Parts: sequence; C-alpha cells; structure tokens
Amino acid sequence: MTDAPAIAASLATAHESQARRVLKRFVHHHLALVGGCVVLALCLAALFAPAIAPHDPIRLDTSFRFLAPFQNPAYLLGTDELGRDTLSRLLYGGRISLTVGLVAMATTVLTGAVIGIVSGYLGGWVDTVLMRFVDTMLCFPQVFLLLVVAAFVPPTLLSISLIIGLTSWMEVARIVRSEILHLKQQDFVQAARALGAGGGRIMFRELLPNTMAPILVAATLKVAGAVLMESYISYLGYGVQPPLASWGNMLTNAQGYFDTVPWLAILPGVMITCTVMGFNFLGDGLRDALDPRLRMEG
Amino acid sequence: MLSYIARRLLHAIPLLVGVSVIGFGLMHLAPGGPLAVYTLNPTITSQDIDRIRVALGLDQPLHLQYLGWAGGMLTGSWGHTFFGGRPVLTVILERVPATLLLMGSALSLAIVLGLAIGILGAVRRYSLFDYLATTGALVALSFPTFWFGLMAIFLFAVELRWLPTGGMFELGEEGNPLDLLRHLVLPTLVLALVITATWSRYARSSFLEVMHQDYMRTARAKGLRRHEILFRHAFPNAVKPLIALLGVELPFLFSGALVTETIFGWPGMGRLFVDALAMKEYPILMGMVMFTAVFVIVGNLLADVAIALIDPRVRLQ
Repeated sequence: MTDAPAIAASLATAHESQARRVLKRFVHHHLALVGGCVVLALCLAALFAPAIAPHDPIRLDTSFRFLAPFQNPAYLLGTDELGRDTLSRLLYGGRISLTVGLVAMATTVLTGAVIGIVSGYLGGWVDTVLMRFVDTMLCFPQVFLLLVVAAFVPPTLLSISLIIGLTSWMEVARIVRSEILHLKQQDFVQAARALGAGGGRIMFRELLPNTMAPILVAATLKVAGAVLMESYISYLGYGVQPPLASWGNMLTNAQGYFDTVPWLAILPGVMITCTVMGFNFLGDGLRDALDPRLRMEG
Repeated sequence: MLSYIARRLLHAIPLLVGVSVIGFGLMHLAPGGPLAVYTLNPTITSQDIDRIRVALGLDQPLHLQYLGWAGGMLTGSWGHTFFGGRPVLTVILERVPATLLLMGSALSLAIVLGLAIGILGAVRRYSLFDYLATTGALVALSFPTFWFGLMAIFLFAVELRWLPTGGMFELGEEGNPLDLLRHLVLPTLVLALVITATWSRYARSSFLEVMHQDYMRTARAKGLRRHEILFRHAFPNAVKPLIALLGVELPFLFSGALVTETIFGWPGMGRLFVDALAMKEYPILMGMVMFTAVFVIVGNLLADVAIALIDPRVRLQ
C-alpha cells in the first residue's frame, strides 16, 4: 500500500486520523494473516493426518459410544454413534475437504481461464457462442446442477471435485475475458504479434501471465466455495460415501442424534466454517492487496 | 423500451433451449435412471421393467424423447410424474407459494438489513461498526447454510423451545397465519443471513464509490443536510448496481432456498427437487430446471428495466 492514495483518501475525509488508518491497515492485513494461518494449519493437519490422528478413523469401539469431548484422554474430542474417534475423523475428513476444494478449484480456474482467454482474444462468433454458453450455465442454480450430476455419477473424490469444478467456472471465465479484452489492446501484444507470435503463444504466454492477479484471487475464493459445495452434497447424501469420513457426511450422521449429542454436529460444522473462512479472509486480503482500483477506494 | 424487452425475450429463447438440452442430456445420459428403483423390488420381473420402460417412453431414442418432451413443454403439458402419474405442472405449481413466501420474506429482510448495514458502514468508514460489519459479513458468508440452520434449530427449537423445528404448520393448524409466522421465522433468518452479508458488502462499496463523486461534494458545499445528501443524492445512484445484483443473485437464492427447505422440512420447490432427485423423477426435475431458468431470465430482465426506469441516462440497447 503506497502513501499517495492514502494521503488522497485522508484529504477527502479530513477528520480521519492517522491512528484510524493504521488500525484499518492492521485489521485488513490481520484478517488475511489469520486466514493464511488457518489455511496453513489445516493443510498441515490434513497432510500429516495419519501421523497426528490418534486412531483409525473407521475403527469401531462400541464400548465407548457417544463419548463427550474432553471426557477420555484416549478420545480427546469424543466418539460418535459407532464409537469412532471424532478427532481422527475430523482430521481425515479435512483431507477429503481440502482435496476436493483444491482439485475443484484447479478445474474451475483451468476451464474458466481457457474459455475466458479464447473468448476474449478471438472475439467474433467464438466469443458469442462461448458467452452464450456461460449465460446458459448461469441460468441453473448451481446446487441444482451439482445435485443432478452428483445423483447420477458414482461418487468418488475425483468425480465430486470435477463436478463442483465444472459447475462453477463461469465467473472466472467472465473475469478473465474482461481482463483480456482490455489487455489485448495494449502495445506488448502488438509487439508480440509483430515478432511473429501465433495466437496460442500470445494467449497463453503473453496474456495469461498478466491476468494472474484476478485469477489468484478468484482461485482462493473458489476453494472456499468448493469446500462449502462438497459439504452440501455430502450432507444431502450424494457426496463422499460412508465409511469414508467427510465433514459433510459426519454432519448428516450427527443429525440423527442431534437433540441428545449436539457436539457431534457442532464440530464438523466448525471445521467447515473455519476452512471456508480461512480461504475467504485470504482471498479478500489478496484482492485488497492486488487490485489497485480497490486500493484507492479502501 | 418495449422493443428492448421484446428483443431480450427473443434472446432468451436460445438460452432456454440450451438449458433444456444440457439438463435433459445430463439426466438421460447418466447411468441408473428411474427404473433402477424398481429393480430393488423382488416381485418385479425384468419383463415388467421392460413394460414400464415402454409405458414411460424411456425406450425411445434420446432425441425423440427430447422432442416429445419439448413439444409438451411448449403446449403447456409438462408431462406426468413417473410415480403416481400426476401432471408435473400441477406438482410444481403447488410448491411455488411456499418457496416464494420463504424467498420473499428472507429477501426483504436481507435487503433492508444489508442496505442499512452497508450504508452505515460507508458513512462511518473505518469505525468500529464498519470493522465488525465487514468482518462479520465475511464470517457469515463462510457458514454452511445447513449447519447454521441446524444450530438455529438446536438453540431455538430444541433447547429454548421458542419456535418449531420445521414444517409449515402444526397438525390441525393448517391455514392459521400466526402458526405459519412462527414456522417462518427460523428458515427466513437462516436464508437471510448469507444474503444480508452479500448485500451489506455490495451496498458498502457501492455507497463508498458514489460518495466520492463530485456531485456529492457539490451537494455538501451547497450546505444540504446530511440525510438529504445521503437519501436524495447518493441513494438512487448507489442502489443501481444493487438492483442488477438482485437479478444476478436469483440462482443463488434458489440454491439457498433448496438447502434451507431441506433442513426445515419446508414444503417448497427445493424440497420437491431433492425428493424428485432421490426418485430420479426426470419430468419433475426438468420442469423445475426450466421453471427456475425462466424465473432467472425474467428476473434479470426486470432488474435491467428497473435500472433504466430509475436512471434516465441508461439507454437500453
């Protein structure tokens, strides 16, 4: 954050004190920092789940069913209706959620970026056809489309990720396209063309790197969206199938014992919220940092 | 204006054809299908299943099935449900009021709250309220709706016993508006949470952008009162992008309604969709996909027209 816009802003609203601006900057970075730390911790926990988890997530221990958290040191966060260790299931569930989130994000970004670049660069009827396709896809409420496909395709980690990715790329395509429309007028594209670069080279070697900032922001926020979506479809029974633990299907399970053992429902929900929040904070911070227009407005 | 609306409606035709082809293709090309339900029944032989397949028209080539279905759509006969044989249009239409009631109440609440929070945040930028509101909105956007709903049920219905856990009416109370209101509170709050968060964020940035315009400085220099500046000068300009947002966000509203209705057992279209999905009821699913697509297209069109009505500078092309 440079000083010039900050000064301009403080001139515009004269009674804004220095302390306020420091506070604002701190809080903004603070949130992104918190988000980054949460994401990092979750990634590490998921990566080393087999080493950290005290139990096998699908091992049953029927002598310890419905154990409340912090009652038994062997089962720190308690057990579920089959006596499975909640902590271990949360850790392994995190692997699933993050895997789905990242693979879906990659699918979204890849599809969206390619369609956006091709559409924006080539223009003409290609642009018309592709943007009509985007409009069409946007007519479906995403959960409808997601559930229809998820209900018919046998659920595996890969299929769930792909389904989520392929139903949420439209926004990225629009963002990238509008960036490209602006960028392709610029001199460096002319220069590249004059040097004899072909369409493919210009699109993916010259233009693509220049759209990285908005793509990065969208990608971070898309991970959050995909984690949410995975939990929705797992919750409705079309996602990750038992006995494999995912935060969404742990919640579905917990719903049956909701009035007597609420913590079984609280814990996976807290994990989903933390994960999504982490990526949202991070994405929001990145947007503030990377988008010069927003930097002006604060 | 009229020719603009007519042109937009013409543009909607290829869009709807695209939606129907994608939806139809996805459902019918996928393995499984509605007959898989019958194969679980030991008293039904494979000959029976073949007979059912012919009776439902599922033995025909896909393009013929599609044309038959599309022809029916256009002439107002949306087909019959596989199980029970009821007309699809009737089945969908009887669910519409419940969904519209839920979406309408959640949306009005969210717009009022979101606008108020957003405007206050923009006016008192960088105040404690602003920080809490912007951070809170981001946190609210991170809640999985169904989990938030479950927690609300747990707190207000199971523990405190203030409100019912779900459904639309108590047994024997059908049609009682007070009972309906009691059942409406929780689902409305749950659905409104995410929309409020979105709206407060957009309202804040939209107002901030407007408040730095020159005409605002002029208004202030003229010595106009604060609320006059805010509501006569800033509001109409700042609210324009928000109306566009209303159109764009419609599909999300449907998604949210689906999840909310599922948790609260609210007998609306979302519930119908989830139930139909479990039964692989293609006619209902396709009918609903088309219904929401039309809703979304019309919603966007209305938003654009409303913006043109508010702002004389906007020319509808």
